Amino acid sequence: MGKTLFEKIWERHVVKTIDGGPSVLYIDKHFIHEVTSPQAFNGLNKRGIKVFRPQQVVATADHNVPTLNQHLPIQEELSRRQVEALHKNCAEHGIELYGLGHRYQGIVHVIGPELGITQPGMTIVCGDSHTSTHGAFGSIAFGIGTSEVEMVMATQCLMQSMPKLMRINIEGKLKPGVVSKDIVLYILSKITASGATGYAVEFAGSAIRELSMEARMTICNMSIEMGARCGMIAPDVTTINYIKGREFAPKGEEWNEQLKYWKSLFTDSDAVFDKEITLVAEDIEPMITYGTNPGMGIGVSGHVPALNEVEENEKVSFQKSINYMGLQAGAPIKGQKVDYVFIGSCTNSRIEDLRMVASFVKGKQKASDVEVWVVPGSKQVEKQAKEEGIDRVFEEAGFLLRQPGCSACLGMNEDKIPAGKYCISTSNRNFEGRQGPNARTFLASPLTAALAAITGKVGDVREYYHENVEM
Amino acid sequence: MGKEINIIHSTAVPLNIENVDTDQIIPARFLKATSREGFGKNLFRDWRFANDDENQPKSDFVLNNPTYSGKILIAAKNFGCGSSREHAAWAIKDAGFDVVVSSFFADIFKNNALNNFLLPVTVSDDFLQKLFAAAEKDPSVVIEVNLQEQSISIAGTSDRENFDINSYKKTCLLNGYDDIDYLISMREEIEAFEKQNVPA
Repeated sequence: MGKTLFEKIWERHVVKTIDGGPSVLYIDKHFIHEVTSPQAFNGLNKRGIKVFRPQQVVATADHNVPTLNQHLPIQEELSRRQVEALHKNCAEHGIELYGLGHRYQGIVHVIGPELGITQPGMTIVCGDSHTSTHGAFGSIAFGIGTSEVEMVMATQCLMQSMPKLMRINIEGKLKPGVVSKDIVLYILSKITASGATGYAVEFAGSAIRELSMEARMTICNMSIEMGARCGMIAPDVTTINYIKGREFAPKGEEWNEQLKYWKSLFTDSDAVFDKEITLVAEDIEPMITYGTNPGMGIGVSGHVPALNEVEENEKVSFQKSINYMGLQAGAPIKGQKVDYVFIGSCTNSRIEDLRMVASFVKGKQKASDVEVWVVPGSKQVEKQAKEEGIDRVFEEAGFLLRQPGCSACLGMNEDKIPAGKYCISTSNRNFEGRQGPNARTFLASPLTAALAAITGKVGDVREYYHENVEM
Repeated sequence: MGKEINIIHSTAVPLNIENVDTDQIIPARFLKATSREGFGKNLFRDWRFANDDENQPKSDFVLNNPTYSGKILIAAKNFGCGSSREHAAWAIKDAGFDVVVSSFFADIFKNNALNNFLLPVTVSDDFLQKLFAAAEKDPSVVIEVNLQEQSISIAGTSDRENFDINSYKKTCLLNGYDDIDYLISMREEIEAFEKQNVPA
């Protein structure tokens, strides 16, 4: 019997399997950030040990940083101390840190791929659930807690049980105006926010193969929102072309060696999955969420489910959710007013996302009663956007281009959405209070968010697709 | 004091809400600390207090209901989804809970709980409904969790169910062992592995 992509990588990284228990899994790359690492460093320091393989650890500051005036000291004391602790810990343990002001600083899941650190066939972890993003390169990449961060720092290994395996195929061709964020929100709306819990998910099918690397990252990024342990896509020519020539990509003979390995990374035709789902690309329309978990999504031409469309045992949580959102059961979503637009986060803050937004808004003005924040995923993305003149497009449209960081995705740093306000967001979570206490989030693609920025309302980008928009 | 756990005999707090994500358990704005202690006071912060104000407790939230207390939290399915923040497990433990019972846990939360000697007990949907019904009817009802026997029962009734737990993890919890101690003891084997398998 053949092997799946997941099994091929997993088996190569098992140091030892305990009888009736988990495996000791070797980790190739470990990303760390300021929020989930300090307690792990404290643990090492208490034991009097150093980081085992500091050259396999990369650090950045992203979650708890301001996205304006990054050249100034961080004003909020606790945040400043947390970022200072990261500097001190990295210096003491010999870890490369791309801190505020560094030309490589940015959201951890944006910088790993863009610097060529993320490569096929690796095992990658980070104390952040969206580590699944890196699976887009055909790696096993997953989020861990701080105790596990400490384990990887101490031994470059983790205790892990083999998950079940699922394949989700998207077959066909996407319609104009439909992008990768819509694919993943569509999958979520079909299988729910717990539909892949306990599984490693491989995304496959002709529609996935057609996607760029950045678009693939958006899908793997949100595999955690289905509960998946990780999400992955087999590497192909798109993957290899993306990595080649990047700062930390293999070079020369090493490149040729790695390429041989990467080319072996695919699921054999006779491999077996515990579960397999196939969806049709043509069925997908621009998506938006109406509720308080990412599985509560609908097409923009649809309506919030009516009470009689909701399963009996889900009525209580459904009602709680739409009450929080201030929406009516059965109401259309199109035309819903928004107050804020947030374009950013590890889901959609890469250069292609910014280009997509810019090509839509060029020459237009934002609605007067909407505040629009664009937060590039990294210093590199910010630089590229400026080189391409995208910053001027945003400025002329009345958008505020901020500096790199997680920003309004998680209501931790200064960037929060005020209570009761509606934000259409390209991020990954619409949980209660996620973007700030009592803030209300609609998750959508960068295109759908761009349209809302111009009109002040939820709309259907397909009505505009004849315009010269890069999709 | 040992961290080990085996038999927990306690009243329970029923939190009958599905898909409780870790942003609800501990909102991100409380993750700025650099130590593991003190997160319990902000457990379910925005469900406990209106307008982010400790002087405005929400009386309809179960953790504000003085008739409920205990070391066992009963939660509805898909508990702990979302962010990987271990602060969620720290906050629950810090607030005095030793066990969380649900019909379904999110993966990362489950690992985090186990690493903090907070026992996640997975029961059937039917048994979970029995637990909710028993605790909601009588807040003084006692639940007994026995890790050695892998069983959970409602005192004074014949309602009892067995639960699964990985045998390695069970040994760790019963004896107070941490994964990290085991991994550090393996460093030589890990070095040998590295020599044979040049890291990618």
